[in-house]
Amino acid sequence: MKKGYLGIDVGSVSTNLIVIDENDEVLASLYLRTQGQPIRVIQEGMKEISSLVPADVEIHAAGTTGSARYLGGIMVGADIIKNEITAHAIGTSRFVPGVQTILEIGGQDSKIIILRDGIVTDFAMNTVCAAGTGSFLDQQSARLCIPIEDFGELALKSKNPVRIAGRCAVFAESDMIHKQQLGHSMEDIIAGLCDALVRNYLNNVGKGKEILPPIAFQGGVAANAGMKKAFEKSLNHEVIIPKNFAVMGALGVAIIAREAVQKKKETTFKGFEVTDFSYKTRSFECQSCPNRCEVVQFFQNGEVIARWGSRCGKWDVQAS
Amino acid sequence: MKITFPHMGYSYIAFKMLLNELGYEVVVPPEPSKRTIDLGVRYAPEFACIPFKVLLGTYLETIEMGAEVAITSGGMGPCRAGYYGIMHQRILNELGYDFHLHIFEPPQVNYLDFIKKLKAVKPRGVSWRTYIQLIKKGYGKLEAIDEMEYLMYRIMPFEINRGDTAKAFYKVLEILDEAQTTEEIEDARWECRKIIAKVPQDRSRVPLKIGIIGEIYVVLEPAVNFYIQRTLGEMGVYTDRSIWLTSYTQKNVLVEGKVGEKDIHDMAHPYLNELIGGHGLNSIGEIVIYAEDGYDGVIQLAPFSCIPEIMAKGIVPRVSREEGIPVMTIFIDEQTAAAGVITRLEAFLDLLKRKREQKAIKEKRLA
Repeated sequence: MKKGYLGIDVGSVSTNLIVIDENDEVLASLYLRTQGQPIRVIQEGMKEISSLVPADVEIHAAGTTGSARYLGGIMVGADIIKNEITAHAIGTSRFVPGVQTILEIGGQDSKIIILRDGIVTDFAMNTVCAAGTGSFLDQQSARLCIPIEDFGELALKSKNPVRIAGRCAVFAESDMIHKQQLGHSMEDIIAGLCDALVRNYLNNVGKGKEILPPIAFQGGVAANAGMKKAFEKSLNHEVIIPKNFAVMGALGVAIIAREAVQKKKETTFKGFEVTDFSYKTRSFECQSCPNRCEVVQFFQNGEVIARWGSRCGKWDVQAS
Repeated sequence: MKITFPHMGYSYIAFKMLLNELGYEVVVPPEPSKRTIDLGVRYAPEFACIPFKVLLGTYLETIEMGAEVAITSGGMGPCRAGYYGIMHQRILNELGYDFHLHIFEPPQVNYLDFIKKLKAVKPRGVSWRTYIQLIKKGYGKLEAIDEMEYLMYRIMPFEINRGDTAKAFYKVLEILDEAQTTEEIEDARWECRKIIAKVPQDRSRVPLKIGIIGEIYVVLEPAVNFYIQRTLGEMGVYTDRSIWLTSYTQKNVLVEGKVGEKDIHDMAHPYLNELIGGHGLNSIGEIVIYAEDGYDGVIQLAPFSCIPEIMAKGIVPRVSREEGIPVMTIFIDEQTAAAGVITRLEAFLDLLKRKREQKAIKEKRLA
């Protein structure tokens, strides 16, 4: 039997599952859309990936990351639940040797991670605004009726990008419409949008950070060649897009899970069968004090397996 | 007359006692909750910061409970919080409430006004002597409360059963709440110290040490800062915060001999030599102090759109680099979600842990 290690990254827009071996080689990987239904997508993803993994591979560790990491972790019996910043940093530092800066733009958040000598020394995430993340690009591609996959190629064709106000997603959209009505070409507008998003990213998330090469660019938005070019133009450095740029979080957490199991010897992974259970989340407002905490309960086959959300901790049930 | 005051951490216990003893009927403000913020957001200007919104929400809640007067503080220097009392008064009047805000400006601004307001709160039958004694006693209780909270965060990272220290702290608050005379408060203080010290602890742990700095209100009010110190404590982190209502704890916390506001400002001087309002200058000085005290990292808490803290944040990267201490800033407003804060805290702790491990490896190699 060969040993495999499972990493799951359940984000706002996409859910990635990945199985690696001991040498960080990817045995199977899967990219799905979360579509606001993390439970269903994890179940489906588990079913699908089990058929993609070679038959002689046995899962020896599992880890989860992303905004639904706790939910996913409980469902599959993860050995470790890690935040996406650490997961990305670990993943990328394996694939881009000596990386000093990671630019990551996902569905609803964007982050910058600064590494020196292989460890994270600083990071930042967008706080109060999601302008310039994948969701916005997604929405614009739908509005312009251009498949998101073609967005980047179109941007590269532009000779004369227009200037778009990128600070706020709503104003960016009205500015784009304004430029369209003036008759600018689609290529120039899309390239201008890429420039605006990069400007916004560097002014907000990247503010005050020392961006040194090698620079890696990842997350779903890295698939957009226009964004890569816009970053290179404004940073004056080559920007590397790692091979597994879209699943780096899952990859990172698979590596972390492997290390965790090496320490604790045995995995808590429940197996791919989680697809057969029924899961439900229900919440109630605790009336014991004026805090009125929203307590979330998670059921597996009608039985509470986890509960969280109360400030005082009286309702907490930790998944074993 | 039914009287109330803003909610700020656990200070309500002392204010309640003082006002009760002066013969007022006290409306104890509820801990800020989702409802408080909703109420505040509905009637506050959108660009006001979170302390403004929470306070407005608190006044509206206490009005429902029958309060007629609130005692609050003003401010000076270039931070808009100085105008908040007046703004609150106007908004509440416009909403049709007959509610009076009694705003104490710092005595440095207008000494006579301060005395006049003190006099207005003093009931006729109470002599100035008794009045001042009662205020002193109230301050003593406030000190005791601060001390217990301080002890809680010191012990939390060592607790064997998660939640024990918090439970002990709530018990201790009840005991302090019941103590009335100066002697009782002093006795209760001794008893409380013992209760907190009795929490089963594992002293072999070497927790990460984090300093909490930033704007006073979001630092002091756990209900607004997502119980950050408790959350970190239960994740096994030793935290220390730079601001307390009483100065009792400062003596123990800061670098030896560095106790006052001026010392904090002196520490900031290589980076910033100017008052920038609010606690901006303090924030810079405190990062330097925590770095010298060997802390692993610093978390800066600030209300979203707080100008003093935004200015401080602009200087933070250089301070952080030159003092060799990682700093993370968390901006708080009604949109801030707990999930995002937790993710950032987890990542920050990972960063600090790795940094510490790497330092240990380096030291080993040199030895």
